[in-house]
Amino acid sequence: MTAKTLFEKIWNEHVVLEKPGQPALLYIDLHLIHEVTSPQAFESMRETGRKVRAPRRTFATLDHNVPTIDQNKPIADPDSRIQIDMMRKNAREFGVTLFDIGSNEQGIVHIIGPDLGLTQPGMTIVCGDSHTATHGAFGALAYGIGTSEVGHVLATQCLWAEKPKTLEIRVEGKLGLGVTAKDLILGIIGQIGTGGATGHVIEYRGAAIEAFSMEQRMTVCNMSIEAGARAGMIAPDKTTVEYLRGRRYAPSGKDFELAAENWLSFRTDDGARFDRSITVDAPSIVPQVTWGTNPGMVTGVTGAVPYPASFKDPDERKTAEHALDYMALSPGTKIEDIKIDRVFIGSCTNARVADLKAAAAIVKGRHVSDHVHAMVVPGSHMVKAEAEKIGLDRIFREAGFEWREPGCSMCLGMNPDILKPGERCASTSNRNFEGRQGKGGRTHLVSPEMAAAAAIAGHFVDVRKWEKGQGAAR
Amino acid sequence: MKAFKNFTGLVAPLDRANVDTDQIIPKQFLKAVVRSGLKKGLFFDWRLNSDGSENRDFVLNKPRYQGSSILVARNNFGCGSSREHAVWALDDFGFQAVIAPEFADIFHNNCFKNGMLPITLKPEEVEHIFRATADYEAYRLAIDLEKQTVSDDFGWTAHFEIEPFEKECLLKGLDDVALTLAHEAEIAAYEAKHPVPYPVA
Repeated sequence: MTAKTLFEKIWNEHVVLEKPGQPALLYIDLHLIHEVTSPQAFESMRETGRKVRAPRRTFATLDHNVPTIDQNKPIADPDSRIQIDMMRKNAREFGVTLFDIGSNEQGIVHIIGPDLGLTQPGMTIVCGDSHTATHGAFGALAYGIGTSEVGHVLATQCLWAEKPKTLEIRVEGKLGLGVTAKDLILGIIGQIGTGGATGHVIEYRGAAIEAFSMEQRMTVCNMSIEAGARAGMIAPDKTTVEYLRGRRYAPSGKDFELAAENWLSFRTDDGARFDRSITVDAPSIVPQVTWGTNPGMVTGVTGAVPYPASFKDPDERKTAEHALDYMALSPGTKIEDIKIDRVFIGSCTNARVADLKAAAAIVKGRHVSDHVHAMVVPGSHMVKAEAEKIGLDRIFREAGFEWREPGCSMCLGMNPDILKPGERCASTSNRNFEGRQGKGGRTHLVSPEMAAAAAIAGHFVDVRKWEKGQGAAR
Repeated sequence: MKAFKNFTGLVAPLDRANVDTDQIIPKQFLKAVVRSGLKKGLFFDWRLNSDGSENRDFVLNKPRYQGSSILVARNNFGCGSSREHAVWALDDFGFQAVIAPEFADIFHNNCFKNGMLPITLKPEEVEHIFRATADYEAYRLAIDLEKQTVSDDFGWTAHFEIEPFEKECLLKGLDDVALTLAHEAEIAAYEAKHPVPYPVA
């Protein structure tokens, strides 16, 4: 038998139909849905009189539009309210489980899937959302789809798919103190570019990845799309199994042990071949800060805003000039000299308990800078409850942060949480595109630790100095 | 889905790399619950000034590109968010094809579901088109999907690749859900061997 990659094993196991010269028909184990990318899909179902084929494999939540204050009150924005009501109506009519506002399970779709144990190794998982790759952290093949494909999965529980290529990213060694999974993935995107993995499924491997917690693995896989990848994945191991034990939708008792044994078989065989391989040296990664308008425009906190002339490629040079203009940054400015107005700790990239804990450790006993407005938005109600149980809400509040209710919030600003034109934000989210957090807003992507430290200092600081106790406590 | 018909159209050059779907259509337009009427959101932040007036410097506002149906752009077009609204907005604005050296995967997929043709050409071919749009007013390209070619009025032609399945779906305007449902027996057989992994609620 030929040696296979993790990706090939999952792919092969889900092929319903395959003919030469045609894409494969893949079975989808889990379909996650939210209010933004599903209304038109349900509408098509209604028009054609189709039913949801596998309602027990379909789970919906509300996340993009939900306000992060007064969630118990009616939603003020009429369009958001219509979209949310539509999700409720569709879930009811088509028999799909909805984790509604006010329920303990509601939260960002990529946070609650793992939270609830819906996300399991070896599965195919799709969602009308590009950050679906998050679930790949469990050794699942998980990817984002458009609304037409959402409709296709609702009706058939399958998708036609061309087999993507495979890219191995081997992360050797250990990350330094104060350097996080977020810095690693930003560093990787900086290295290969925002289109560097287009057409590929990434498998992250190596000592640094194996040492990661599930939360750290999710942060890495989450941003695979920012390198253009179809999906990102990490082989399941003991860490994965222990994370899933006891979760609501995971198997229980003897079934769990049986499932776990099967899960652990999903790993790349020795000698299996990838279409491409790259190696990343973990110890050389420093805390990262983006300076431009895509996640590949990133540098170390010890660095400076680059000179566009330093880019050889004319397209890249022009893109950099444009980005610096939008970001209102001068080439050569030291990253640590960039002052910020806002801090957002949240999103499907970095709003899990471990992320909030790490940020809280930085802010504890300190206070947010006078000119900074900082907020924390937990990823789900389960995260929020757990964080409050260990007193993280108090630490943040005492430090001058707002402690909000769960949702996608200022990652994309579909709810009222947006930047004003010209405001500069240290954000733990995943995209620094023009206007993403609000028209004219300027986003710098960082880790939760870096965002927390920037909130206190009022500008970017090298969080590694804080870890050594040299921080500027007020 | 509507079938793709060969056509000749005016080309608008969007000289930017990594155009993300947040730029193609910003978040406020994602609250739509229907597919239609999204042209108002297309390149909203580039097309309009903050006061709502037209940004005269933006390519799609220039008189010479009015009525264009082919958009040419740089590398990694359509990256970022999976929002199919990006394709709906391009379609509603009047575009039937986009040409770039490389497309982001999800955007590329979404095009085929809406009768929009994403054409991947070599960087030097894309460069040729950019230069031609600068040199000639009313620079047009003819797109022939059967032959997989784009050609201009001056005898220049480029060939593009497309997956046979996607080509057929576009040409025939096939509804791929119906296509899949024709394989009911195979799907049911698969399901019989793979029970739902979740406890009954």
